[in-house]
Amino acid sequence: MAHKEPHPDRDLIQGEWTEKTLVEKLLEPVEKPAPSPWKVVVAVGAALTLVWLYSLFVTFVKGLGTWGINQPVAWGFDIVHFVWWIGIGHAGTLISAILVLMRQNWRDSLNRVTEAMTLFAVLAAATFPLIHMGRPQLFYWVMPYPTHMALWPQYKSPLSWDVLAIMTYLTISTLFLYLGLIPDLALLRERSKGFRRKLYGWLSLGWTGNAVHWQRYRAVYVLLAGLATPVVISVHSVVSMDFAYGLVPGWHLTVFPPFFASGAIYSGFAMALTLIIPLRRWYRLEGVITERHLDWMAKVTLASGLGVAYIYLLEIFIAWYAGEPAEWAQQIWRMTGPYAPYYWAMMLINVVLLQTLWFPRFRRNLTWLFIFSILANVGMWLERFVIVVISLSHDFVPGNFHLYHPTWVDWALFLGTIGFFLFGLALFIRLFPPIAVAEMVHLFHRLRKH
Amino acid sequence: MLYGLMAYFDSPEKLLDALKTLKAQGYRRLEALTPNPVEGVEEVLGGDGRIPWIAFALGVLGVGLGLFLQIYTTLDYPHNAGGKTLLGWPAFIPVTFELTILTITVGIFLFLLYINGLPLASHPAVQAREYVRVLLDEYGVFVYASDPRFDLEGTRGLLARLGAEVEEVRRD
Repeated sequence: MAHKEPHPDRDLIQGEWTEKTLVEKLLEPVEKPAPSPWKVVVAVGAALTLVWLYSLFVTFVKGLGTWGINQPVAWGFDIVHFVWWIGIGHAGTLISAILVLMRQNWRDSLNRVTEAMTLFAVLAAATFPLIHMGRPQLFYWVMPYPTHMALWPQYKSPLSWDVLAIMTYLTISTLFLYLGLIPDLALLRERSKGFRRKLYGWLSLGWTGNAVHWQRYRAVYVLLAGLATPVVISVHSVVSMDFAYGLVPGWHLTVFPPFFASGAIYSGFAMALTLIIPLRRWYRLEGVITERHLDWMAKVTLASGLGVAYIYLLEIFIAWYAGEPAEWAQQIWRMTGPYAPYYWAMMLINVVLLQTLWFPRFRRNLTWLFIFSILANVGMWLERFVIVVISLSHDFVPGNFHLYHPTWVDWALFLGTIGFFLFGLALFIRLFPPIAVAEMVHLFHRLRKH
Repeated sequence: MLYGLMAYFDSPEKLLDALKTLKAQGYRRLEALTPNPVEGVEEVLGGDGRIPWIAFALGVLGVGLGLFLQIYTTLDYPHNAGGKTLLGWPAFIPVTFELTILTITVGIFLFLLYINGLPLASHPAVQAREYVRVLLDEYGVFVYASDPRFDLEGTRGLLARLGAEVEEVRRD
């Protein structure tokens, strides 16, 4: 064969590998005994999951009076956390879907673990509106089914759009994750024994690697990627419309959909960095998740974070320029009221500290990147707190102003979902390879042999 | 009982050459098994152009379902919500969109399983002792014993000449 220039993405897989050793390496998290940090994560995750179940139990038995919500702050921590978790989920779909469409080879090392992150984040998110209903056992009332009172859901309300958006999102991200897993499951089936072999056998649906099946599989995979992309954007836009449809000062901004979507990408990429940096170290995956990968992720975090920072400043400008007293009072309340420390902490992280990512020296410093990724998640949590709690606590009528104080149940529900998220992810990477094996081997083949 | 012959090639180019030769010699009942998608295989084994059209049809169905659901329920229980038009179509966009995507996604996934004949409990090629190689780094061709052109020695010789390691696959 004629000489060819090395592939420009050649260093996406570093080190000396053959297909066999690469597969061995990628299957290590599943096939080798787990490293001790994994056990710590599982233990902490399981403990917090129990806390979560207990606080859910308290909520169900005693009711929403155990939460800190009041009038007018009827959307407390539950909606803060709903929006926060949904946002975190978005990076997974973006890495998987948009980067597939753009033929970005670097996604191959990251897509599996971030898709799993999406799945657990969306599951964690979905519990909040469910329990926020107060009578979660009646959740099916939001579904379109003929009742004896001939009532239907109100399809002109963003709250009912939300139900469909979240359910579609959960379905499409689960199917996308599963579809990507099928070839790897077949490989695991052939390499394992006993119960695991049965499990992978069932899950792999009898995939044989037939070349014709592969063609159809790729066609459907790319198609689902193309469909998942607008869904991601639509989901967070719909979430933002839950707010923007209301008349609360600070909410009725036409920029809410892009504001929420860029915030979601920002927090999602930050969470992906928080997960991938330790994963890469614990499982010694430096050869496949290279510094270049992390650098790119930091750049996407910077780009989406700048979108968020821009809209923070735009919000202030619009409040001033529109000259609407309640709107301007809301801005002043955010900056100087009792919640001002939250607002300024958010500004410090998402506007000031974010700027460090412009510099390669900071982007390539993994310690800083890890710390910043956690801070960015805190910053996005604060942003949702600002939007939900601070806006609601200060509406049009001074007699209505009321502060919000979360109770221990609110905190336990939040920490509990974090535990569930970590626990779920840890179990996931123990059962399924955290890096898509078939895709990596394919990439390896294209980079080294063509 | 002999299921057929499994041939292992070490590169996709050899696999494509072998498939072309086998097709030219009149073999019909054969399968290529590969660890990842091989470009050019659809020219030899035939591609599948149906997927985008099925997806489009499912999309049309989804739009119809979404609009029907909202228009029907609104007319069934007419409700004045903040003075909005009863059938104000812009408000119907999000739900229609989500239901369209949901219909395509679920439908195309099921269609993929259907045309690929999955789920499948067992497949003769998987009985090959070295089968795992075609999921790792090798490119396999499985020629069924039921192929009219199949001849144990002749086919084995042909595959070996094409550069393959050949294994007989039998039921134990």
